[in-house]
Parts: sequence; C-alpha cells; structure tokens
Amino acid sequence: MIARRGFLVGALALPFAQGFAARAEQFAGRYAPEATPIGDGIWMVRGADEALGFANGGAIANSVIMASDAGAILVDSGPSLRFGEALGRLALRLTGKPVRRVYITHLHPDHSFGSGAFPEAEVVSLPGTHRELERDGAGFSTAMYRMLSGWMAGTELVLPQGTVNDGEAQFGGRALRLLALGGHSEADLAILDSASGTLIAGDLVFHDRAPATPHARPAEWLAALDRLGAIGHRQLVPGHGPLDTGGTAIAQTRSWLTWLGAALDEAVAGGLDMTEAASLPIPSHLAGMAAARYELTRSVSHFYPGLEAALFPRIDA
Amino acid sequence: MRLFPSLAASAAPAVGPLPADPLGSPMWTYHAGKLFAGAPVVFDPAVRVDLPMLAENQHVLPVTIDARALSAVRRMVLFADLNPIPIAVEYEPLAAHAYLATRIKLDQRTPVRGAVLTADGVWHVAGGWVDAAGGGCSAPPVSRVRGDWADHLGELRGAAWPQGDATRVRIAIRHPMDTGLVENIPAYNIEEVTFAAEDGTPLARMTVHGSVSEDPVFTVLLSPAGRGPVAVNARDTGGVVVTGAVAPRSGAALAAAVRR
Repeated sequence: MIARRGFLVGALALPFAQGFAARAEQFAGRYAPEATPIGDGIWMVRGADEALGFANGGAIANSVIMASDAGAILVDSGPSLRFGEALGRLALRLTGKPVRRVYITHLHPDHSFGSGAFPEAEVVSLPGTHRELERDGAGFSTAMYRMLSGWMAGTELVLPQGTVNDGEAQFGGRALRLLALGGHSEADLAILDSASGTLIAGDLVFHDRAPATPHARPAEWLAALDRLGAIGHRQLVPGHGPLDTGGTAIAQTRSWLTWLGAALDEAVAGGLDMTEAASLPIPSHLAGMAAARYELTRSVSHFYPGLEAALFPRIDA
Repeated sequence: MRLFPSLAASAAPAVGPLPADPLGSPMWTYHAGKLFAGAPVVFDPAVRVDLPMLAENQHVLPVTIDARALSAVRRMVLFADLNPIPIAVEYEPLAAHAYLATRIKLDQRTPVRGAVLTADGVWHVAGGWVDAAGGGCSAPPVSRVRGDWADHLGELRGAAWPQGDATRVRIAIRHPMDTGLVENIPAYNIEEVTFAAEDGTPLARMTVHGSVSEDPVFTVLLSPAGRGPVAVNARDTGGVVVTGAVAPRSGAALAAAVRR
C-alpha cells in the first residue's frame, strides 16, 4: 500500500545493503491509498490496523469516498497533506469529479490532518470538533511531525470552515443522515449514506482493532454505540479495521470498552500500579484485535491517575 | 631505576573499571562517575526495570524497579540519563522489600534505569531506552494550567493490600512537582517520603526529586506484614509536611466496594 523509498534504495544497492541499512537515514515514502467499492458510488479507503508510526506514514484510519452530482464527498482527510492529496486524486479518478465536500468525523490527527489538500472543497465538522482542534491542533501537529517527519511535509492544521449538526443532509443529490454523537471524543460525527445503507461510524466503532481512548468518555461512548445500533444499516465502516458486514463491530467495541472499564477499576482497587495494569491478561475474545496490548497500555495511561484519585480513600488527618 | 617516576607517581587512584553501557548512553560515564563514585558496578538482570511498551504521556511514565531477586539491598536509585533532573527517586527499603513503583517525567528519548546497592557495596544496574516526546520536565503541570494546585496541595490518598509476606502500600500525594524549568515557576517538589510503623519505627524512606510526575504515586512493599496502620510522612521543598495513616485492611475494602 505504501511504497517506501528506503526499501527500493536498499534493494538496488545490494553489495552495500547491510552496512547501508544499519546507518540508513529513514526517508518518507509515497502514499498509495487504495479504494474498495462497497456500494453504488461509495468506496472505502483502508488504513493500516497498526499503531501510528513512521513505517505506515500515519495512514492508519479509514476514509470513505462518495460520488455526488456536485463533486466527490470525502469522509476524513487522513494524517497529512500528501495523504490528503493522494485521496483527492483517488476520488477524482473514481468519481470523475474533484472533492467538493469533506466531513471530519472527530479531532484526531490521523483523521483530520489532510484537510489542507482540499482548498476547493468545503471542510465541515461538528462544532465540538472545531473547538477541540483549535485547542489541541498545535500539540497534535508537533507530535505528528516528530513521529512522521518527512511524511508530514507541507502539512498545516486546517480547521473545518463550516459546522454541521444532527439531522438530514443533502450534497449533490446524495442523501446523508448526520449523527452528532460523542464519547470517543467530545464530538463524534457518524454518517449514514442512505443510498448504500452504509453507516460511516468514525472512531465510535473499531473493528478487529482495539479502540483508542485518549479523549474518551466511556459512558457517553457506550450510549453512542446504543444509538448507532438502533439505526438501520446494511454495512458499517469503522474508523479503524475492516468493513463490518456481519453487524458485529458495534458489539465488539462495546465489549472492549466494558471490559476495559471493569478491568481498570479492579486493577486500581486491587492495588496494581500502571505497569502491572498494562500487563493484565486480555480476554481471549478481545485479545485477537489488532494493537490490543498497545491500546490497553495507552488506556492505562489515560485513565489510571484519575481512577486512583477517585477510588483511593483520603488518609491525611 | 625507574625511567618515568613522575608518571608512576601520578597514576590514577584504584577505581574499578566502569563496565561498558549496554544501552550506549552518551551520559553513562558522567552519571556513573557521580552516582557510584568508584564503587563496583555490574549490569545485572536480577534487577527488573519494568517500563511500558510506549510512553503515551511524557509527563507520566510508569516505572517499576523490582530487585527482590537480590539480597541485602540498601539503596535503589531511579534515574533517566538524559533528563535535566536525572535522578527521580533514591529509595532506602529499610524494612521493606526491594521494590518500588512510581511515575516520572521525561524530557526526551532517554535510558531509564534502576541502580541497586547491595550490602557488599556493589551497584546492580538495569534499564532500557524509552522514546518520548519532549517537554515532560519543561511544560507546566496540569494543576498550574488549571490554576487549582494550591486548593488540593498535600491531599494524601492511599490504601494497603496484603501480598504474601509483605504489605503493599500505595499512596498518592497531590503536588505540582514543579521542576524549576518552566518560566516563572520556581522548583517546588516533594523531597522526602517516609513510611513508619505505629510505634514510629521507620520502615522505608525515599528522597524524591522534581522529575517525579505531578501528583506523585508510590508503591512499596513493606515487610514483615504489619497488623497496625502504616504512618506516611511527606515533606516538600517549601517545608510543607503532610502526614497520614494507611489502614491495613483499606485495600480489601476498596476491592469490595468496586466489586459491588
């Protein structure tokens, strides 16, 4: 999916490959996102089911491209300017029209940092996402450049220009139902494409890939899953992981979050420290999700100090 | 007759050769020279330094040093070579097991190590590299940004759990742990924590530095398992003293409350 210049150079310079590779500078590669048709005029662009890192150029989130009379519709612009540009070329090739509308499902930079590639399009999000990006965007940018270096070339934070709210929407004759939810972050946008019966869930739903919780509000997230489950759909595009055609991804995400909450409560109450909690066994029905240990370790970091403060009794006189 | 008497006279004092650093740290020789002052040093897998698979938050890196495989441990030092405040905690497990868990701030990618001194005068060292974003020590603490640090200063929480032949005690102290590296905020941190039996006998003692995370949390294993409450005493660099007592059955009560 991603052509890496480092690989090519290493292969061509075989006589020196070993010594060269040991000291080789890491160069960013070229993004080559691929689209899979999942219905009439709708394509899914799969991210790698991995931790965000240099090896994948940050391309870990799923995006969706839809055709409309007014131009292509893109859901989530990816991690960087170059990835956004590659998505734009892909959309033009698939739909015959340039991207004219970009929906950003939530603030996280693997979904929102490619927006600079779409100066001709209207980039929109929920009002909460706009606020969160204003607050955290600069910090994300620093972290993304540190991890992805060359992949980020030219990327600047582009805030959504418009806001959308819960309700029915039309773009270029394509009927969409917008759902203003929250829980994975302060504001999570999910979109139902009526024509194909596709529920584009953003990071409210992870599928065969462990959920990430840096801004999570677990109770609200579970309520959002209930609402998504009640909305009739034929298939679901999760924020991370493969297309869900069997109707299992919502339940799987709920199962992970429910286990995680109980496990961390019990860990704090049982006297474990953070490193011990991050080493807890992951139940077999969840352990197979990609990045499971990685996300548990992150979640311990996100929730543990708060849980200790809430659960430990005061002992000062 | 000596050909080079001056050279022979100026030969270096008998300092044990420092072993090569398996982590290849640029600061190993410097820190080892200061910390160990010529005492024998071995890199020893008997010292376990548990680090998470990633530093999700450079302000809060959990570290556990477990040297229970060694006998007669006198001191345990937690340090990060490339931190501006390298030493985080110096622990004396007086009547405690050689086990300490806490959280530290990281200012960049750095080795994080545990150095454990045994009664025979040998330092046993282990550790690993941790990749971290910058600014752990040079960004203001959350409570400074929120502005409520003084409202909660010194709040002490904790509980105790029986663990085999020991009592596991975990305490959390609300404190900004200012490093002095943030503009206009002078250094201000917890500097000493003591655990003592009911009769005042000290059970464990530690010197704490500004590189320990805001709102520090410590886990120790006291031995032998006491029946009475454990007295906790913490003093900061401003002279504020916080005291409390951990009830021996408090952990069990906590576990029961969460299960309910």
